[in-house]
Amino acid sequence: MPADMRTYLAHVELPNPILTASGCAGTGRELAPFADVARLGALTTPTITMSPRAGRPTPRMAETPSGLLNAVGLQGPGIDAFLTRELPWLAERGVRTVVSIGGGSVAEFAALARKLTDAPGVTALEVNLSCPNVEDRGRVFARDPSAAGEVVSAVRTAARYDLPVIAKLSPDVADVVAIAKACVDGGAEALAMINNPVGMAIDVDRMRPALAAGTGGLSGPAIKPLAVKCVWQVHAALPGTPVIGMGGVVSGRDALELVLAGACAVGVGTVLFHDPYAGHRVLRELEELLQERGFDRLADAVGLAHRPSHRNDREESSL
Amino acid sequence: MAGSPVQVTGTVLTMRRIDAYHAMTVVAPGIADRFRPGHFVTVAVGGPRTSTLTRRAFAVHDVKPDYGGTVELVFTVRGAGTAWLADRRARDPLDLIGPLGRPFPIPRDPASCLLVGSEYGAAGLFALADVLQQRNCRVDFVLGAASSDRVFGALRARRMAETATLTTRDGSLGVQGSVVDVLPAVIADTHADVVYACGPMATLGRVTAVCAELDIPVQVSVEEMMACGIGICMTCTVPVIGDDGVTRMTRACVDGPVFRGERVRFDDVGTIPFDAHGAPGGDRAR
Repeated sequence: MPADMRTYLAHVELPNPILTASGCAGTGRELAPFADVARLGALTTPTITMSPRAGRPTPRMAETPSGLLNAVGLQGPGIDAFLTRELPWLAERGVRTVVSIGGGSVAEFAALARKLTDAPGVTALEVNLSCPNVEDRGRVFARDPSAAGEVVSAVRTAARYDLPVIAKLSPDVADVVAIAKACVDGGAEALAMINNPVGMAIDVDRMRPALAAGTGGLSGPAIKPLAVKCVWQVHAALPGTPVIGMGGVVSGRDALELVLAGACAVGVGTVLFHDPYAGHRVLRELEELLQERGFDRLADAVGLAHRPSHRNDREESSL
Repeated sequence: MAGSPVQVTGTVLTMRRIDAYHAMTVVAPGIADRFRPGHFVTVAVGGPRTSTLTRRAFAVHDVKPDYGGTVELVFTVRGAGTAWLADRRARDPLDLIGPLGRPFPIPRDPASCLLVGSEYGAAGLFALADVLQQRNCRVDFVLGAASSDRVFGALRARRMAETATLTTRDGSLGVQGSVVDVLPAVIADTHADVVYACGPMATLGRVTAVCAELDIPVQVSVEEMMACGIGICMTCTVPVIGDDGVTRMTRACVDGPVFRGERVRFDDVGTIPFDAHGAPGGDRAR
């Protein structure tokens, strides 16, 4: 019997736990020739901003060992073009869509949430906290529990009550649990982690930074251990909060690792650049791995690595 | 749909050397069927457990009907990915996606076409030359490189075209200098109606400037670093002026790689032009 792969983000049921990570699946159209995006648990859009954004200059990308540095700078057409051109395409095809939003101030995040809240086809909102806060000298919201909590709370208030709000956390923080708690206190129904940690590469031939922006977000298998750690710590502290684990997933084994650490859903990101069919492949592999291990339901594997160690079990039973 | 790309596991048929370059022929019928000149393909390198995640993009040198359809790629070893590719042998599997991008527009009526290529960027021009000749177009070539062994396809160009002008930086073959230096004279001699150009961004910018001066249309195929080739990674953007006159950071992989030369803001490549759609501060200025 195949395992029951259904999962929940707050009250919203997804038929399977595989999502695309923000900025790694375009707006669906680009992946459509290679894979049926409606079969994924959900598609997460690139971060949508209020105004159109041209992004960063090129070079925007550098390949690093088992990873990729990028500094795209949230290039996008802005919320109005997204609502008229891109969201309807997804809605027509029945693609469950998590809309990632980003702003430079709390008010901008709230305004984005208001514009999206009654748009047909939005499954959930994801708050990209790794945006610089223009009202705080450009410090990203994700680094400060009170700023993160304030943004989430503003989005929660602006969005319709039955539209789940997901906070996307950065690993570049001293205490990810403190940020996670602040977001849940602010009203986040689910947490997504991890966003790209910031890294840098220098081109030794040109003897200059490899990216025009200098630094960029690191993604790919190189960051998977960071993702596992963050998911583990947050699930231990907030076992009732659904966590979408992401960061370097390329196979079903990677997805299972995040599930065992406490994720009830898994995002695939950079691997889609390598293989646009990867989301479906990871789902099939995860299904097989759960079945091999005798699981009837995905939910039974979530956070299972946290159970007391086997030796303790035996000691208890023998006494 | 003729243009819709597919992902296939192709089989390497042959590996050979052409001058200083590697040429790889892969059996990939789905891609060969849909191919039009100017399209490119991407290859996953490093095998199933690879640590190099970005796909490598290549122009297609040739498409043949053998074994249901083959494509030939030309490349030079530049890093770990292309070194892995150069080590492939006949019968090895290869993950290919294609055909990708916007192909070269072909003139409706017979015209005199000048094809300009620099180094192995010229590989993409030969399939174009075939199609142009089938349409009764006159084809001339200008091919250039740093030295004689790096001029790609000189022999084939000489055989198939009305004229083939070769240039090398070191003077070891043909005219000493770059393709741009000989361009005005060749355009005059061949009465070119249209120019097609492949090569590095700087060369394309100078070719476009010459064509603008002489008032003839030029189609350029740009080379910009890309991670995916299918329009999702947003890293291969180039400032391009749209039909509405607005400059946008445009993806070379899905909206290019072929653009009308005068639409590409070559001097602004590597920057965000201040007047680009969504440039920083643009919303405040309005």
